[in-house]
Amino acid sequence: MSIEISQVEHVAELARLQLSREELERLSTQLSHILTYMEELNATETGGVAGTASVVAGEANVLRDDEVQPSLSQDQALSNAPEAVDGMFQVPQIIGDR
Amino acid sequence: MSLVKCTLKELQDRFTRGDVSAVEIVRAYFLRISVVESKVKAYITLNDKETMLSQAEALDHALGAWRKTEPMMAMPIAVKDNICTEGLPTTCGSRILGGFVPPYSATAVDALRSQQCFLIGKTNLDEFGMGSSTEYSAFGASRNPWNLSHVPGGSSGGSAVAVAADECVAALGTDTGGSIRQPAACCGVVGLKPTYGRVSRYGLIAFASSLDQIGPITKDVMDAALMLNVLAGHDARDSTSADKDVPDFTRVFKKKDVKKLKIGVPLEFFAEGLDEEVYDAVGEALAVLEDLGGTMEEVSLPHTGAAVATYYIVATAEASSNLARYDGVKYGFRAKESPNLSEMYRATRQEGFGPEVKRRIMLGTYALSSGYYDAYYAKAQAVRTLIREDFDRVFQDVDLLVTPVMPTPAFQLGEKIEDPLQMYLSDLYTISASLAGIPAIALPCGFSRKGLPIGMQILGRPFEEDVVLRAARAYELATDWRKKRPRIR
Repeated sequence: MSIEISQVEHVAELARLQLSREELERLSTQLSHILTYMEELNATETGGVAGTASVVAGEANVLRDDEVQPSLSQDQALSNAPEAVDGMFQVPQIIGDR
Repeated sequence: MSLVKCTLKELQDRFTRGDVSAVEIVRAYFLRISVVESKVKAYITLNDKETMLSQAEALDHALGAWRKTEPMMAMPIAVKDNICTEGLPTTCGSRILGGFVPPYSATAVDALRSQQCFLIGKTNLDEFGMGSSTEYSAFGASRNPWNLSHVPGGSSGGSAVAVAADECVAALGTDTGGSIRQPAACCGVVGLKPTYGRVSRYGLIAFASSLDQIGPITKDVMDAALMLNVLAGHDARDSTSADKDVPDFTRVFKKKDVKKLKIGVPLEFFAEGLDEEVYDAVGEALAVLEDLGGTMEEVSLPHTGAAVATYYIVATAEASSNLARYDGVKYGFRAKESPNLSEMYRATRQEGFGPEVKRRIMLGTYALSSGYYDAYYAKAQAVRTLIREDFDRVFQDVDLLVTPVMPTPAFQLGEKIEDPLQMYLSDLYTISASLAGIPAIALPCGFSRKGLPIGMQILGRPFEEDVVLRAARAYELATDWRKKRPRIR
């Protein structure tokens, strides 16, 4: 299994990571190495086997009534924001010209 | 005996009897920390000593001569730094949570705090729990108290070190693929990963949601039971928490033997790659359990060899999704001066995450990406089913399984940091129980010639922590390993 640099770049874009050239090269080697190991899974026959997403026994939806309950205040919810203004999270401009 | 050497049970008894005050406890532990912390580096954040002393004074005053107390009252507990603690910074060992102070506490922390324990500090970990040595922490590695040039294991390395070095009486860890058991084994202490769903994950910062579980790291098995008594139970705030009865886990110790218990020895866990000293130590432990009345039986878990690959697909896929939330908007670190929003996301994540976290996000994103999903993620989920079925089958016949915790004793700092696959393979023996969601405990069963601890692992059926603890306690009382303490130098 060999992962080209262009594939690494594509995955980094999906993952919103701005990797350096050096990181792209290193990850190309490392991911190739790790994924080769993971291909050992192909030796295991899984025809007709249902996948396990959760080990919770007797899985069922966990629902509750839609009632107003105490929660964090606006100040608490914003207390960790890198930038906040007028009770809102502030981000770089996303609409129109700057 | 020095206060800091006490087990949780001993310290509870001394405090309840009035032999020791809350103020004396806080002073003793902060003194101990001032002596050893610079050598072992267990903590990322220490709680404020003066604040804790004034809390302790108030507690002593309120109690007076009447010593009716809650079990955890005045007990100095450390908490792994991926578990939210209201008012105390929580970093996950990452730059990306720089400055984050949770506005709420995890349910597990609330359970301890409601009994007025002393939350002494937040312990070091591999970034977001991703690692087996604490070397991937953005705050530097913790050291093994038995030999400072060796790793303490990970990812809950700081919690295991704090317990082994007497810097707290007990600690919370978290386990996704062995992160409680493996550092416990490296540091010669006890680590219990409860059944998935036994302890609420509310307030545990998610790494891989179908695998993550909070559990205790303690000086002995009795203490693990005392901690589980406080932690276990259903929580409406975690939809995966189990609505099951919680027994008093200390009551199982009335029986001091393992008569009538059938103990399975899975051949695949004693195969090629297992260090000879570990093999011998676990073999001797099996003989002790047999002397105590257990019946031994060889069993097979045929899909064990596929566990590491399965785990590193499932866990990284879940991580890539869980860690998408770190975008520099709502909390934590934000990269400076980005021209637009998408540049801000990319730069924030690039600067905020360390190399192992990026590697795992990349692996997980790849495994979930279009064209590869079936070959990796769906395949791994199917193999996970086969691994679970292996356990279901052997547990029809035996009550417990006994295995090593790690293929070797603790490795040296730096030994595996440049080779991620070798680091992943050190989780070989702990990963299966995580994939199957079953309870497993690590406890000391010997020492290598170099003087490093060796751990054994006991695994049980889902929600049978009581059986696991009973066998572990019987073994512990029949041996003296827990009495050996590291000399930190």
